[in-house]
Amino acid sequence: MRGATPYLLAAIGLALFLGVWEAVPRLGLLPPTLLPAPSQLPAAFLREVKSGIWGDSVLFSLWHYAIGLACGTACGIVLGIATGMYRPFDWALAWIVRVLRPIPGLAWVPFAILWFGIDQTAAVFIIAIGCFWIVFFAAQGAIRGVDRDLIEVAEAFGFKSGPEKLVKVLFPAALPGMLVGVRTALGQAWMAVVASELFGVSGLGQRMQQASSLLATDIVVVYMLTMAALYGLVDTAFVFLQSRLLAWKA
Amino acid sequence: MQSVIAIEGLGIAFEQGGVRTEVLRGLDLKIAPGEFVAIVGPSGVGKSTLLRVLIGLATPSAGTVRLNPDVKADRAMALVFQDSRLLPWRRILSNVCFGLEKTQLTRLERRERALAALAGVGLRDVAARFPHQLSGGQRQRVALARALAVRPAILLMDEPFSALDVQTREALQDELIRVQSASGQTVLFVTHDIDEAVYLADRVVALGGRPGEVKISLDINVPHPRRRDDVALRHSAAQIRDVLFAETIVREDWVI
Ligand SMILES: Nc1ncnc2c1ncn2[C@@H]1O[C@H](COP(=O)(O)OP(=O)(O)O)[C@@H](O)[C@H]1O
Ligand SMILES: [Mg+2]
Repeated sequence: MRGATPYLLAAIGLALFLGVWEAVPRLGLLPPTLLPAPSQLPAAFLREVKSGIWGDSVLFSLWHYAIGLACGTACGIVLGIATGMYRPFDWALAWIVRVLRPIPGLAWVPFAILWFGIDQTAAVFIIAIGCFWIVFFAAQGAIRGVDRDLIEVAEAFGFKSGPEKLVKVLFPAALPGMLVGVRTALGQAWMAVVASELFGVSGLGQRMQQASSLLATDIVVVYMLTMAALYGLVDTAFVFLQSRLLAWKA
Repeated sequence: MQSVIAIEGLGIAFEQGGVRTEVLRGLDLKIAPGEFVAIVGPSGVGKSTLLRVLIGLATPSAGTVRLNPDVKADRAMALVFQDSRLLPWRRILSNVCFGLEKTQLTRLERRERALAALAGVGLRDVAARFPHQLSGGQRQRVALARALAVRPAILLMDEPFSALDVQTREALQDELIRVQSASGQTVLFVTHDIDEAVYLADRVVALGGRPGEVKISLDINVPHPRRRDDVALRHSAAQIRDVLFAETIVREDWVI
């Protein structure tokens, strides 16, 4: 009974969704400029690919995404571990964190432009900020949540310094929690990609902005789906990596 | 004979919210090379705390602990906890290697030593598994191998079998005796189970009172292999019960 049923229902659901979507502009309920029919999309997609714009935009955005994510994640993990392990460090940063934490990545756009110009670095900066906080809090919580008993094992076998405990027990024990944070950041970073490119840095976001100002909504939808596909790909790859890293979990 | 360790006048106290609680007072204990000493006493008397002090996880408030510098060993002590406390992300072999990573041994030497230690507890064939794939008894054997692998001058064990079912516990007791007599390992074994203590040990030290003190120290001169219903063992157990019994009237957390 179960076997194929979930897939069948998923296919029916998707078909219904596409059907309604197609019907709305065709029946004239909405003009095609406000809602392009799905059947228009393949042609729009091919046009974008042939002109080379699609490939360039994807590469630019992936580049911003990868570097921003890497920087934000790395800083988040390092500072999260440090504040998680050393209370005085946590106290020292407490108010800085409280002030900076609620500022959304987009609010940094003016400074990003002033500091880096309308440049890739500015986009990377904004993406990194978005990822940083998520990973920072995940890492801090994961380190604090490590079983005291396991830390004692390290101490009992002579690993008494902070770095030794980090390498032998804290980091591996906190890894699952940190990876959950990184996965959330993976999604957050895509939102930041669009935002960071809206003000003129090349990439998917910029192309969407151009298309929407020309009312080329079919192209906007092409890029929306492109982004969904890229996110799906990255997330799937990450889940695979995660399951390899955490193979020890029951 | 020179002792491996000499504990003199050891006192342990904790300060909490300005209130000072003495856990142990005036503890003297010498352990000879190859000797198997068991410490018994009701829960809360300070047995675990004593082991934590010996391994360096806590500091004593009085007294001295001296190790014989002539004793050849890679580490002074190694501890087997009540719950195995294996690292869940490491495979069994890697868990046994854990303590060896503090030594100068090469990767290959560590591996060989760990494999030998695993073979010593009859678990060579689970080397590649993860801890959650083992039974409780197997995990405790691995914890024993992890401790033995570092070749400690004294093997400390904190109620290592008390979380196991009876059959597994008795099997592991016999296994421990076998391993210990084969290697001549000096052991300090903590338990709240008097029968276990007299069955395993060459000498049983009973702690009681608050703060905890040595109430009786009894040599068990019965050669291994022993019978669990051996008359001399039963007699020693009864003697220890009698001494500790005075405590039961005033202590409600009596567990034996
Ligand atoms: N870190 C600590 N701070 C305060 N009291 C402690 C601490 N560790 C242990 N104790 C107290 O020391 C006593 C002995 O505990 P423990 O050594 O675990 O007993 P046992 O192992 O014999 O059951 C207990 O009353 C416990 O509350
Ligand atoms: Mg205890």
